[in-house]
Amino acid sequence: MILFDRVTKLYANQEHPALDEVSLEIEKGEFVFLVGPSGSGKSTFLRLVLREERPTQGQVWVAGKELNRLSNWKIPALRRQIGTVFQDFRLLPNKSVAENVAFALEVIGKPASHIRKVVPEVLEVVGLEGKEERRPDELSGGEQQRVAIARAFVNRPILLIADEPTGNLDPGTSVGIMKLLDRINQLGTTVVMSTHDQAIVDQMRRRVIELEGGHVVRDQSRGVYGYAR
Amino acid sequence: MRANFVASEVSSGIRRNLTMTMAVVITVAVSLGLFGASMLVRAQVSTMKDFWYDKVEVSIFLCGKGSDTPSCAGGPVTGAQRDQIKADLESLKPLVDSVYYESQAEAFARFSEQFKNSPIIDNVKPTALPESFRVKLSDPTKYDVVASAFAGRPGIEQVNDQRKILDKFFQLLGGLQLIALLIALSMLVVTVLLIVNTMRVAAFSRRRETSIMRLVGASNFYIQLPFLLEAAVAAGIGAILAVVGLVFVKIIVIDQVLAPSFQFTAFVGWDAVLAIAPLMILVGVGLAAIAAFFTLRKYLRV
Repeated sequence: MILFDRVTKLYANQEHPALDEVSLEIEKGEFVFLVGPSGSGKSTFLRLVLREERPTQGQVWVAGKELNRLSNWKIPALRRQIGTVFQDFRLLPNKSVAENVAFALEVIGKPASHIRKVVPEVLEVVGLEGKEERRPDELSGGEQQRVAIARAFVNRPILLIADEPTGNLDPGTSVGIMKLLDRINQLGTTVVMSTHDQAIVDQMRRRVIELEGGHVVRDQSRGVYGYAR
Repeated sequence: MRANFVASEVSSGIRRNLTMTMAVVITVAVSLGLFGASMLVRAQVSTMKDFWYDKVEVSIFLCGKGSDTPSCAGGPVTGAQRDQIKADLESLKPLVDSVYYESQAEAFARFSEQFKNSPIIDNVKPTALPESFRVKLSDPTKYDVVASAFAGRPGIEQVNDQRKILDKFFQLLGGLQLIALLIALSMLVVTVLLIVNTMRVAAFSRRRETSIMRLVGASNFYIQLPFLLEAAVAAGIGAILAVVGLVFVKIIVIDQVLAPSFQFTAFVGWDAVLAIAPLMILVGVGLAAIAAFFTLRKYLRV
């Protein structure tokens, strides 16, 4: 699903690369935690997968495509296969729950009949049935993140990128979000999630990739957040 | 393509950015109005040229009693000289379209008619006005052929080309048109800059939407289309206002004020207005689209 082949990313005006010759592979259907301190390269990793950045050196493969050779007009097609969830939800405040989810389909030109069918379905998956007409500011943080996940998942992506999705949520709410991501993973979507949340990682016992200073310092299947630190 | 969705994006974009959109509308209207006005002056000049060049004559004034130019040293024109001049003029056909002889009496009658309300008439004797040949040329620009053949000839006091007087007037109008065009061009540049800035503000105020659109894989075209349409709608409204202004100028200023007051000349017709209006709309919408396109390439990339 994702293959990094000696990928180096050096931002302009920076002395040390954000990622330094990183090679790793993530298989289809995996659930992967990306951990490491701030500035260790987690965000750069995710941005490279989304082709928001290009690597300085090396190759990034996503869904069978080498992103360096992907022409600009094919980027939207790549991103339609990837769902994205962020710490800050990124919902549109002037649209209702259902409209926020529908927006993701409208802007890629899906027909209205299709949208009317799949939006209620996905809202049921994330447990928001009955709240379709609410505005984001009428929802709790956990509910807002569920809307964001519904929006990321409504197009049935093969890959879900979650950048610290529980970063703004209390532990109880986070557990609910993790259950939901787990369920989406069970439905066949590969999930890559960056996090600082030790409890979640320790509890889920999934593959853990730890980055530090742009290097992979640990890659463990069924890992925990970190060694004693 | 979901037309409804795009339409609602455009209208919400315009509402959110209303003051800037209004600024674009007004600037486009003013700059295109100036552009149209300069085009109208141009059309007016060409209408007047057609009208007047058709009527202008070369006047060959013959020597009278008081003439003091060298060619009149032999005293007033003789009958033989007059007949010879007329014959020579006739021989210049087809350049000479027609020749009309105006006697002193006729010249005085015309003068009296022109200045009938002026006290000057009491001081002018019928014999003070020269007799003349009024020559109409088939091609008014070939005045020099006539002038060189007749100027300075015994019995001829002066050869006058009315076109020269008109040309000065047309040069003045041409200058005015050029100034209007220059102002219009600089206004059009201002318009482009304003549209560029408006698009920047619009792109900034909608950065949430556009960032989400990029993430879920909306195409560039889909992301940029609402902005392009917004610019085009604003420019279109401005262009329509400018055309309305042009029509207003034609109806009120030209047809109701100028034409009745200056009946001696022709004014531009609706055909000119009809030719200028689409040009204005085309220039306006084209400018906006170009400005928006380049802005979007810079600020709304995938």
